[in-house]
Amino acid sequence: MQGAADIEDLIRQRAFPFPHKHLLSVAGLNRLEATALLDLGDAFVGLNRQRDKKSALLRGRTLVNLFFENSTRTQSSFELAGKRLGADVVNMSPRTSSIAKGETLLDTAVTLNAMQPDLLVVRHASSGAGNLLSQKVDCSVINAGDGQHEHPTQALLDALSMRRAFGRVEGLTVAICGDVLHSRVARSNVGLLQLLGARVRLVGPRTLMPAGADRWGVEVFHDMRAGLAGVDVVMMLRLQLERMQGALVPSMREYFRFYGLDREKLSRAAPHVRVMHPGPMNRGVEIDSEIADDLDVSLIQNQVEMGVAVRMAVLASLAARLDNA
Amino acid sequence: MPRNAGKSAPTAFVNARLVDPESRYDGPGALVVAEGVIADVARRPGFEALSPDVRVIDCNGAMLAPGLIDLRVKTGEPGSETKETLESAARAAAGGGVTSIVVQPDTDPTVDEPSVVDFILRRARDVELVHVHVAGAATKGLAGERMAEIGLMREAGAVYFTDADRPIVDSKVMRRILSYASGFGAIISHRPADPYLSAGAAATEGEFAGRMGLPAAPVVAERIMLERDMALAELTGAQLLVDQITCADALATLRRAKDRGLKVAATASINHLSFNELDIGDYRTFCKLTPPLRAEDDRQALIEALADGLVDIVVSAHAPAPAEDKRLPYDEAAPGAVGLETLLPGLLTLHHEERAPLVDLIRAVTLAPAQLLGLQAGRLAAGAPADLVLCDIDAPLVVDAARLMSKSKNSPFDGRRLQGQVLLTMVDGRVIHKAAQ
Repeated sequence: MQGAADIEDLIRQRAFPFPHKHLLSVAGLNRLEATALLDLGDAFVGLNRQRDKKSALLRGRTLVNLFFENSTRTQSSFELAGKRLGADVVNMSPRTSSIAKGETLLDTAVTLNAMQPDLLVVRHASSGAGNLLSQKVDCSVINAGDGQHEHPTQALLDALSMRRAFGRVEGLTVAICGDVLHSRVARSNVGLLQLLGARVRLVGPRTLMPAGADRWGVEVFHDMRAGLAGVDVVMMLRLQLERMQGALVPSMREYFRFYGLDREKLSRAAPHVRVMHPGPMNRGVEIDSEIADDLDVSLIQNQVEMGVAVRMAVLASLAARLDNA
Repeated sequence: MPRNAGKSAPTAFVNARLVDPESRYDGPGALVVAEGVIADVARRPGFEALSPDVRVIDCNGAMLAPGLIDLRVKTGEPGSETKETLESAARAAAGGGVTSIVVQPDTDPTVDEPSVVDFILRRARDVELVHVHVAGAATKGLAGERMAEIGLMREAGAVYFTDADRPIVDSKVMRRILSYASGFGAIISHRPADPYLSAGAAATEGEFAGRMGLPAAPVVAERIMLERDMALAELTGAQLLVDQITCADALATLRRAKDRGLKVAATASINHLSFNELDIGDYRTFCKLTPPLRAEDDRQALIEALADGLVDIVVSAHAPAPAEDKRLPYDEAAPGAVGLETLLPGLLTLHHEERAPLVDLIRAVTLAPAQLLGLQAGRLAAGAPADLVLCDIDAPLVVDAARLMSKSKNSPFDGRRLQGQVLLTMVDGRVIHKAAQ
């Protein structure tokens, strides 16, 4: 049982401070930094399960959630994380602001910057939007998903979920399945899992696999049964229906037949296999409901819980190195 | 037809390194300009007897070459004067040693009828700096559907016809344009890009774009359209200018077409000769171009193709875009880069890296475009127009986009260390640019 004070000690007693101002991608992290974030996230899981979940680590800080794309779960996860750390949280979305009136991303950034926020969480449909913002604002920028590029806190929460389920990430074999092409979750997970010593497989139809993925240091499979053989973790990706610009797969039923996760395909994996999904799920398209709801197999509920904890760890680590900390 | 000819006193350039692509001479020399044309060329450092009224410029061994002819320049005039005007583009050209530019037809209004050609030529005459030529639209409104008035625009002075960045998708339309234009001896320029494969793309498909999550098109999109264009050029016998070839795959197609004796010439942009996709780095929108930057293998193939003459011409692909169009997320940002002031230093890099003889590199921006358009410029010979550039090709140059003369500062060369400082630019015997000492 850890209280807020213990966690504050944990941050103070760290062997090294978290060295980054922003969290834009997992590519900038080294293994020690990633592990430190997971350790801190672990501690916040304990805090979050107590009646008094409040810490004062971010008291007086302002966190702005700037979501150009809708995401109820990620936005509320960051909001809860910020509030539990004692920050003031403001949610902004394009339809309620002047962004809809033709103001550019950078105009918005400059306006926000003048309000002296400390932490800016941004989600945007364009790859690299967070990188662009980070060049123009003084506060820390956290990428909560940029186009088809990265979603680093998702990868961190996935890693924490795996670590708590298996006691380690190193040595696990993880199959990431489905629409890898459009998935920022997949890109962040490939980077982070490799950093932490896991073996990564990508499974999906060729039309949903990015060009050059075979050179990412992963194994690529187009036959899902072969791709799942012996794996410890199956990570299903959402088939991004809203992003399907063309006919990348012939039909939903054909997709489920070959790339949907059902009991039969899952039986190829290791006996202790655990199933993950970043949500929201398309039940019956990429994953059978029976598996999603089987708590012996599914880590999906844990992922949501880990999300809040890992985001608290990220916010606390970034805030600790802000110039005016 | 040099205007103002004879107004200025004769000028002699002595102690120069003459680089003349026509004679392939690269060596010590001197040159006299009088009445707007080159009056005399000597392959020795100076002249024995010069009349006292001749102004003498001691070049101190700097390169004296024909002024550059840039076949692909966009300005914002008419329609988008905040990006670039004919005057600001002409000043940028002068600063870069470019003495002739061909402006593109994708303005507002579109250059798809003779009166707009006439308007631009008149405006350019008022500016009175570099020679401005006009490329007319190949189709009305650049819509790729109905043929523009190619014959009338040609009479008005248009030097070639193109839909600029827009591909002419309909093969029947393209065939008719090529066929019709060939009856006038008019040149059609087309940028090869399959519109379906390239739709929405901001980068070249491959490992880099995949990692960065950028919408991308495969390089075969270029080859597919080029194969079609080559087949139609063969069918019609027309003269086709391949606008900005970029990749090894398409170069192989070009090679086959040239081997078959088709009347094709190809340009490469200085950007694709200088940068690869990795220069996009952390989503640098100044490196967002059409066509997008390619892999390093393709850049190397392009340099080799330039060195062996398969690629005929190098262009700046000058495309001004103001900050508000560039400081956006990568896939929303406007493509294109300014290039008039960095064309020559960029090209000289290939000389300093010993990738090609200097005289051949200079040929690709002087004589080769001049011959394509039937201009007298592009050579150092008695009687040729006195369009000249004097350049210290070894002088270090750190490109500072903020100091460019273009109205827009979107240069991918910003911060790059190059060599080559333009000391003086002359058009029709008039000095139109002189470097600050």
